[in-house]
Amino acid sequence: MANEVIFHSIHLPESWKLENYLKTGGYDALKKVIAEKIPAEEIIAQVKTSALRGRGGAGFPTGLKWSFMPRQFPGDKYVVCNTDEGEPGTFKDKDIVRFNPHQLIEGMIIAGYTLGATAGYNYIHGEIFECYERFEAALDEARAANLLGKNILGSGWDFDIHAHHGYGAYVCGEETALLESIEGKKGQPRFKPPFPASFGLYGKPTTINNTETLASIPYIVKHGGQKFLELGKPNNGGTKIFSVSGHVNKPGNYEIGMGTPFKDLLEMAGGVRDGHKLKAVIPGGSSVPVVPAEIMMDLTMDYDSIAKAGSMLGAGSVIVMDETVCMVKALERLSYFYFEESCGQCTPCREGTGWLYRVVQRIEHGEGRQEDLDLLDSVAGNIMGRTICALGDAAAMPVQGMLKHYRDEFEYHSKHKKCMVSGV
Amino acid sequence: MLSSESLIQIDREVAKYPPNNKQSAVMSALRIAQIEKGWLAPETIEFVATYLEIPAIAAWEVATFYNMYELKPVGKYKLTVCTNLPCSLMGAQSVVEYLQDKLGIGFNETTSDGKFTLKMSECMGSCGEGPLLTINNHKMRVQLTPAKIDEILAGLE
Repeated sequence: MANEVIFHSIHLPESWKLENYLKTGGYDALKKVIAEKIPAEEIIAQVKTSALRGRGGAGFPTGLKWSFMPRQFPGDKYVVCNTDEGEPGTFKDKDIVRFNPHQLIEGMIIAGYTLGATAGYNYIHGEIFECYERFEAALDEARAANLLGKNILGSGWDFDIHAHHGYGAYVCGEETALLESIEGKKGQPRFKPPFPASFGLYGKPTTINNTETLASIPYIVKHGGQKFLELGKPNNGGTKIFSVSGHVNKPGNYEIGMGTPFKDLLEMAGGVRDGHKLKAVIPGGSSVPVVPAEIMMDLTMDYDSIAKAGSMLGAGSVIVMDETVCMVKALERLSYFYFEESCGQCTPCREGTGWLYRVVQRIEHGEGRQEDLDLLDSVAGNIMGRTICALGDAAAMPVQGMLKHYRDEFEYHSKHKKCMVSGV
Repeated sequence: MLSSESLIQIDREVAKYPPNNKQSAVMSALRIAQIEKGWLAPETIEFVATYLEIPAIAAWEVATFYNMYELKPVGKYKLTVCTNLPCSLMGAQSVVEYLQDKLGIGFNETTSDGKFTLKMSECMGSCGEGPLLTINNHKMRVQLTPAKIDEILAGLE
């Protein structure tokens, strides 16, 4: 597809190999940085101009995040890439690592150069172990070509990157839990402040970015921040990879400009599966509030548009549901997920996620009580904002979104002891 | 306790981290130990801790926190099916029913010949290709249909 920043080469045979990445202009951005000795401030300024916002879900401006890093601070400093992609509905970083690992490596090296880092780590979700192995092979290729390691391209600058794998813990996608995990501990998020820029990996200054964010950096350096910005819309720069799953004919990843209408994205994904009609969409991964079809069809895919509709773009993970879906059953599965994955550190999340799950479960199974919907509202509201990390909010928001838009289905389940959608 | 091949692999992991941070390699070390032994017995976990010069409790904390470590024996092939919402919308339930029917076991059970264990999992970050499963944690099989499941099972000796 035209204007792809990250997926431009993935349709080529063995796109993940260094020789093929080089053929498409790979590592030109790094070579330019090294040859022209581009000052770090200038790279950060370009990233700010690009309006690149963190692709992991929070949408925080990347240039601003980079400016927090005390690059002159003596001693070790780290760049960490977050490929711990376990948010239901999200699978874009997997395709970056398996089809275009060198663009990510190039982005990480430029980040390391800009931020004064001494080493980089890429934390890869345990369940995609084949991608971890492919990334390690790509690192070996880059080292052998002197693009990584000692004296990179004769610059006198040393920087190496290593892969670290998860092993089945959603919470490690939270950046400080991820740091704990790299340190070889349970993945329990840290209280902030201090933020990772001052106290990160091994207590050293650390910048953590998402895979897609870092893989966008070579383009910005090569073509300038303005050109990247123009691929999207103001305050929402660049292209974005949207992961479309659920009831569509062609599930998969689609890299399109920020601000593309949702209906165009749905069409690219082959439309709602044959013979069915759209009921609702979870636009940013399972943690964000659901959006009914009639609202969704008028939205554009960018941070600001989705936020105005009361939801979030998140990591761009679009879960499509047709008219056969019972929202009570859907929420039961999601609530179980947060209950299972809560790390147990904060009481409102540890107890609240189990409570939410048990109440939704009894409604689904025809044992709902009159007061249950108010109880769900109350429990969700009391988790929100009262935990160290966002997992608690992530458990509460789907509940609130479902009750806001589909309260009638929950009431019907409680009152009639059967499902409004399937009739059984 | 572990083979020299496994120890070489663990040493390679240790070298990724700054000196005096051997604990960082514990996740890989437990993974490598599990591949060799099939599961993590208490003595295996404690051996890994000793090898990395960390307290046993530090290795225990990791082994019990992350879902892909097995603290009890499993079958020769552990099949783990994602049942989260996107995979469920795309047919995970019928995959589970087909597998349970064919193997004659439920979740967290092992066939009487010790060949297969069935598990369910949370999101594996591959929803576009659901429904899907992993074989012994590291090999993923996607876009499952009954015919494809038959083929996968037939290929596991």
